[in-house]
Amino acid sequence: MSASLPLERHREAVAAARTASLGMWIFLGSELLFFGGLLMAYLYARTHWPQGFGQASARTHVVLGTLNTGLLLTSSALVALAVACQGPTGRGRWVPWLLGAGAALGTAFLAIKGWEYRSEWREGLFPGPGFALKAVAGAELFFVLYFLLTGLHSVHLLVGVALLVAFGRGTRKKRAWAAPRRVEAAALYWHFVDVVWIFLYPLLYLVNRHG
Amino acid sequence: MNYLENGHSLRSWLGSTDHKRIAILYALAISAFFFVGGAAATLIRLELATPAGDLVSHDTYNRLFTAHGVIMVWLFLIPSIPSVLGNFLVPLMIGARDLAFPRLNLLSWYLYIAGGLIILAALFLGGVDTGWTFYTPYSTMFSNSWVAVTLAGVFVTGFSSILTGLNFIVTVHTLRVPGLGWFKLPLFVWALYATSIILVLATPVLAITALLVVAERLWQIGVFDPAHGGDPLLFQHLFWFYSHPAVYIMVLPAMGVVSEIVPCFARQRIFGYRFMAYAILAIASIGFLVWGHHMFVSGQSLAASMVFSLLSFLVAIPSAIKVFNWTATLYKGAIHFDAPMLYALGFVGLFTIGGLTGLILASLSLDVHLTDTYFVVSHFHYIMVGGSVMAYFAGLHFWWPKVTGRMYSDTWARIAAVLIFLGFNFTFFPQYLLGVQGMPRRYHAYPPEFQVLNLFSSAGAVVLALGYLLPLAYLGWSLRAGRAAGANPFAATGLEWTTPSPPPTHNFEHLPQAPDEVYGYDPNASLPEPAE
Amino acid sequence: MNADTRLSANFRLLAQGASTAAERSDLLFNAMLVLCGAMALGVCIAITLFAVRYRHGARVSRGRVGRQIGLEIGWTLVPLALFLGLYAWAAHDFVQIYRPPADALPVYVVAKQWMWKLQHRNGRREINELHVPLGQPVRLVMTSQDAIHSFFVPAFRLKQDVLPGRYTALWFTATQLGEFRLFCAEYCGSEHSQMLGRIVVMQPAEYSKWLGSGTEQPSLAQYGFARFRELGCSGCHAAGSSVHAPSLRGLLGRTVHLQDGRSLVADENYVRDSILLPKKDVLAGFEPVMPSFAGQVSEEDIQALIAYLRAGAEP
Repeated sequence: MSASLPLERHREAVAAARTASLGMWIFLGSELLFFGGLLMAYLYARTHWPQGFGQASARTHVVLGTLNTGLLLTSSALVALAVACQGPTGRGRWVPWLLGAGAALGTAFLAIKGWEYRSEWREGLFPGPGFALKAVAGAELFFVLYFLLTGLHSVHLLVGVALLVAFGRGTRKKRAWAAPRRVEAAALYWHFVDVVWIFLYPLLYLVNRHG
Repeated sequence: MNYLENGHSLRSWLGSTDHKRIAILYALAISAFFFVGGAAATLIRLELATPAGDLVSHDTYNRLFTAHGVIMVWLFLIPSIPSVLGNFLVPLMIGARDLAFPRLNLLSWYLYIAGGLIILAALFLGGVDTGWTFYTPYSTMFSNSWVAVTLAGVFVTGFSSILTGLNFIVTVHTLRVPGLGWFKLPLFVWALYATSIILVLATPVLAITALLVVAERLWQIGVFDPAHGGDPLLFQHLFWFYSHPAVYIMVLPAMGVVSEIVPCFARQRIFGYRFMAYAILAIASIGFLVWGHHMFVSGQSLAASMVFSLLSFLVAIPSAIKVFNWTATLYKGAIHFDAPMLYALGFVGLFTIGGLTGLILASLSLDVHLTDTYFVVSHFHYIMVGGSVMAYFAGLHFWWPKVTGRMYSDTWARIAAVLIFLGFNFTFFPQYLLGVQGMPRRYHAYPPEFQVLNLFSSAGAVVLALGYLLPLAYLGWSLRAGRAAGANPFAATGLEWTTPSPPPTHNFEHLPQAPDEVYGYDPNASLPEPAE
Repeated sequence: MNADTRLSANFRLLAQGASTAAERSDLLFNAMLVLCGAMALGVCIAITLFAVRYRHGARVSRGRVGRQIGLEIGWTLVPLALFLGLYAWAAHDFVQIYRPPADALPVYVVAKQWMWKLQHRNGRREINELHVPLGQPVRLVMTSQDAIHSFFVPAFRLKQDVLPGRYTALWFTATQLGEFRLFCAEYCGSEHSQMLGRIVVMQPAEYSKWLGSGTEQPSLAQYGFARFRELGCSGCHAAGSSVHAPSLRGLLGRTVHLQDGRSLVADENYVRDSILLPKKDVLAGFEPVMPSFAGQVSEEDIQALIAYLRAGAEP
């Protein structure tokens, strides 16, 4: 890179921040379509098997799912707070702790999800030869999509947790690579994972659950 | 020191984050894949010269046409113009020093190579016989071939596409030189921008579809199996939701190339610049809404078919506008017939024919007759080969001096262009007739009444193959003994021509000024003498 | 074969159409050929004319061309109008292709790798061949035993994908006597290109004679009735049964109301689903107690049961 004047360097820094943010938004756009493909399959299947989907959804662990939703929403709030504490606010020392707390809640989510999967395995709700609800048309398909959607979400969540842990340590040690614009990009990713869950939760846990 | 001289070791090439070197890495890789896919095509046309399936077995033939499709679509056409010409030129055209995320760019190349190697591995293991469209339940329940491995390769190359698209979008938004507004951008940049949006939004759906097919194959999850409450049509919806926009990934960049070449060799600014830019955006957006036109006889609902057909007619309008505008650009210009122009004009003619046959296929009642026949095969080859490949060659020849610093023999290049044009039409026009007469596609052996046209087509393929081999010779020769090109051998507008050929590693010594007008050609101005 | 197999055959772009649908299809196709040909020719001629006239070195007046909004709007709107017209024409014909006449003769088709199995209403079976009478609408009710196939008769200009797990239908009225090629048009594996057959169109009187001349077998509806009793359907669905089960009289084509509030028209797919997946669309007012017969009935059995219900005998 050829030598540049201070004004050019400032312009480059501003451009870099914009660039990182825009890059993350576009990446999230592609991720949206990634989940979108599965959601398309879900919508198609649910229109064809409304009763089956209702009965299958009733077998999900709605209490654990609701708890998980709360955990994730809280973690997003903490991460948003971390981003707000950056820069000339004087609260920079909170950033690592907020990021770490967000990561901890995300890990708790994954643990609870793992517990749900274990129960579902025990109850014979894994698709395949031993599926318990074979007589209910569409139930097996519901659970195929349930495991694919939540599984894909969990993989993304794991990546998010790793990002938050890394940036938590990086900001605590004041590393140059843990620059505010990158923390913001990571936070955007975390919020995205949260938003996806907000769609998955009602579609998977709350079908036909009224009263 | 230009970018070619900046390091000679293998490591300096394989570890380079310079967009220009990465473009060359892509060019070498896609060329290799083009010839593998072309070898498959050669065997196919050899087999089809006679009605009996006597050259190879049924299963081998089915693997050959699948390999041809998979390689040509994902390993050649989709990366060709974006990852070679786009990578090299977009930063230069907007006055930037590189793409927004140079290391991501290199990662894209490695992902592409990894995916390509996985697909080649599947080929060597014995191949896959589902067709490049992988329709279920054949691919999930009945095929005895390397479906999962091939789809794993496709999945990996998909991420290469997504990251490249992401890179281009951010680059065009954030790295333009001051003063270069959107309506001063070359249409090539507009085309790649729109293509990148499609890359980012459509490819993930392919990824998830591939995942579902692999899961169904390995664990019988039942999402496409009617016995488990699944639906094979769901696969078709998911697959075509990606694959129709994918054809616009393949054709929009080609249109961008043509929009650069025609004004230069007609010495006339492009006619109707704004409509051209809007048409690009219209094609990209409406292109997301027409996927069901591949499914008119699939068993989808009547209402769905009606909507998809209407939208398919609508998406043809912006394409027609572009064809008219390229033609009108020639009016009152000063036309030169250098090789890039011959390729570009060939594109316009062949794309027009291919596009009009697309209109015939969009017509619901006619599609009932013509779908799944050689009419469709010919239609998409007119667009993909007569269109996209021809445009890729046009761009290769137009920007070769900029990339290599050398001129090639224009005489030989023109001979190749004519050979390719003639060979192409001899190969594929008979296939329209075969389709109308009822020959289905993906047929290893066929009834004897189809032989004459098949023979014509196979003969044409020989000419086409020769045409494709010629550039290897004269372009290769130019690298050794071609005369030095100078910064702007074609007196073209565009910021890429203001820097030396080949460009320095950082593209520009001093960042260029945005031009007053994007295609500042004047047919009456005399051309500057070419630099010695 | 009607198609001339000599290498030196007289060249015809379109082989003789042999169905009512073909007549309409060919008319539209020829119209589009003319229109598209004109457009393609127009573009190619314009390019050639401009390239020659304005070639570098020629003595002509050149110069920049100003904005021609009128022209641009013109060549946007005129093609748009033409395209909409063509769309409407093709869509209209398409709807006819999907509206079989009420008196269409049903033929039941099962496709499998790599052959076509067909059965006429009176039970007469065919493999890879379909005999039909001239001038009489015929409706094919088709399903696949394995992968997706496609029933394609070029002379009729008709094609319909054949899917596993459900029925798709295709109707036609043959207008020419003779034999016409039948192809499978959806890639289905190794011998996809060998899945050939022929449609044989006969005079109605000869068709009747042919139909009756097969080996003695029960009609499809009679066979369906036999299966209806063997499988125990009449145990619940017969009029005097103690089990509260819906009456099947006149079921096909009737609108039925389901438990979750939806209603639909009971067609072949509905009957098939009810037999194999009885809990899928339960009728309002009934308990979901019907057992599934998956594994106990073949595709041909289901088609026979449908034929029996269609025949209207008192279940």
